[in-house]
Amino acid sequence: MSRHLGAAALVAILVALLSIRLTQFRDFQMAQVAVYVTAVAGLTVLTGLSGQISLGNGAFMAIGGYGTALLLLHLAWPLAAVLAASAAIAALAGALVGAATARLHGPYLAGATLLLAVALPSLTYKYPGVFGGEQGLNVTVSAPGSVPLTRWQAWITCGCALLTLVLLANLSASRIGRNWRAVRDDEVAAALAGVNVAWARILAFVVSAACAGLAGSLLAVTTGLVAPTDFTVTLSVALLTGAVIGGLGSLAGAVWGSLLVVLVPTYATDVATSHGLSSAVGSNIPVAAYGVVLIVVMLVFPNGIQGGLRRLAARVVPSPRRDEPVPAEMNNTAVRNASREASHEEIPKTPARRRARGRIGGGGRRLRLLEHERQQQLGRADGLGAGDHQQRDPDR
Amino acid sequence: MLEFLQFTLSGISFGAVYAAVALSLVLIWRGTRILNFAQGAMAMFTTYIALEVIRGTGSYWAGFAVALAAGLVFGALAEVTVIRPVEGKPPLNAVIVTIGLLVLVEGLAGIIYGGQYRSFPAAFTVTGLRAGRSPLGISWFDVFTVLAVLAAAAALAAGFRYTTAGLRLRATAFDARIARLLGVRVGRVLTLGWALAGLLGALAGLLISPSTFLYPNSMDSIFVFGFTAAVIGGLDSPAGAVAGGLILGVLLSYAGGYLGSELTPLAGLVILALVLTFRPDGLFAGVRLRRV
Repeated sequence: MSRHLGAAALVAILVALLSIRLTQFRDFQMAQVAVYVTAVAGLTVLTGLSGQISLGNGAFMAIGGYGTALLLLHLAWPLAAVLAASAAIAALAGALVGAATARLHGPYLAGATLLLAVALPSLTYKYPGVFGGEQGLNVTVSAPGSVPLTRWQAWITCGCALLTLVLLANLSASRIGRNWRAVRDDEVAAALAGVNVAWARILAFVVSAACAGLAGSLLAVTTGLVAPTDFTVTLSVALLTGAVIGGLGSLAGAVWGSLLVVLVPTYATDVATSHGLSSAVGSNIPVAAYGVVLIVVMLVFPNGIQGGLRRLAARVVPSPRRDEPVPAEMNNTAVRNASREASHEEIPKTPARRRARGRIGGGGRRLRLLEHERQQQLGRADGLGAGDHQQRDPDR
Repeated sequence: MLEFLQFTLSGISFGAVYAAVALSLVLIWRGTRILNFAQGAMAMFTTYIALEVIRGTGSYWAGFAVALAAGLVFGALAEVTVIRPVEGKPPLNAVIVTIGLLVLVEGLAGIIYGGQYRSFPAAFTVTGLRAGRSPLGISWFDVFTVLAVLAAAAALAAGFRYTTAGLRLRATAFDARIARLLGVRVGRVLTLGWALAGLLGALAGLLISPSTFLYPNSMDSIFVFGFTAAVIGGLDSPAGAVAGGLILGVLLSYAGGYLGSELTPLAGLVILALVLTFRPDGLFAGVRLRRV
């Protein structure tokens, strides 16, 4: 815990020094990266740790952004209170969505949250008196003293992003984080080990929505404007892209992913326009690139950048257990892992476990299949095997 | 009363398009247990191709045929290239890959055709039909839309029922492993399923684009409504998908007509939430398996 805090303090000092040396535009970009880090970190926890996918985090960002604009406009609260309140409002919305979708999985969940991302911005058109319609609302903040505004914005956003990362790192190392992983890997096993599956899933949604709400609030503060066009489906996809490139479930990966998602489009658009391509082409190249990256990363490097770095580090400093043969029973029971996690036991990092962890959404189904096959080999197929498996897993 | 009739009829017309999208999603879902998020984007792209062909040849039906063929090819191509590697993997991988495909196709459309809204021609006149002196709120093209989708659905049902390929498709959807043991080339069958789904999607794009205009994101909302329709029908049942599409079309038409058209997506969200909460297996689900 104190390790996370120390690292964050170090980064904070570096960021502060860096922001003073950078130009205004770079400061603005730094703020943008910090906004994305905040949101992507929340999404990577939701998808990578609890195994739920959300295409609706852009909608939670919209809630945070509009909350900020309205609070500043009508109540003129201090900025810190506004940021906290926006995150809280988004968290509340996340609780509602999480409760409504707690039973949904994979594609169902993705479709439902996608509809949320499509539907929510339409509210702003319905009530232009409150939300400013197409034009959106202005957000004005002022920097204290002689600090330039962009630098002040960079400080605020980076500070919030670091705070979010520290909180999330502690959370994922805590019992809650372990419960999420257990639910992700095998819901039945997690329930048997005493995890309240529904609560764990809803809590993950709340945490993720709070991060997205804070990010939306920060986005409003940095761009000075909230409009429905800021919170399209493309934003939600960009968040997912960042989480997937970085490596789902990894907070450091969220930072790498956010850097790429913010900097590469700017760079690509610059290159395209400087080569005389039209702005339509320039603005669409990053979109197409997101698509290519999502497909290629998922097919070739399902663990993302952070997974690649980890593998590289493992090659440089080989861990002693790495090449041990896998004990047979370790292969098959996620329950064992879940109960081990519950009893705070160190889990040996066998290749099997690493493989299972590498697959997002967990190896639960695969593990069950493996177990099923083993039972068949043992000649118990007609007892506990085929029929039971068929019933437990109606999807296959 | 007349208003109600108008909303109902135009709802059925839109609902037919949602039904086509839903049917294409169900086809893929039954075969591969994958939800193709790129279905709408692929349909958008084939409609652009149709527009090019119509401009080049001057014939609407040439564009229509080319778009359907392109849908077939794109569907098959998508399955062979990017979907095959994630089949049988955890569902999240496939979700992310098809979302990647969605963004890629939309980005490509933006690069090639630009972002501006384009009007797309209709096969028949779009002037409103009248019963006596009162307008019905629909046109001959709407009638064509409904008939085309119903014909496609009927052809598909007949194909499933009476052809060998249909039998193989059903066997694969029922249990791929056993189908493979019985000599079905499961890979080819899945490719065929994706190709047919691409064709249905292309049909949906051709039918909806005269009323929505054509732009890179034009099929986004159509896709999510198609998904909602498929969920209403239970994702596993082709007949349910068609019924779900028509039900959703009519409900959304009422919501848009009586509450304001800005609320249509929100109404869709509410309907989806209600169905998923109370009948997560759809309104027309068959025997429910025990879930632990």
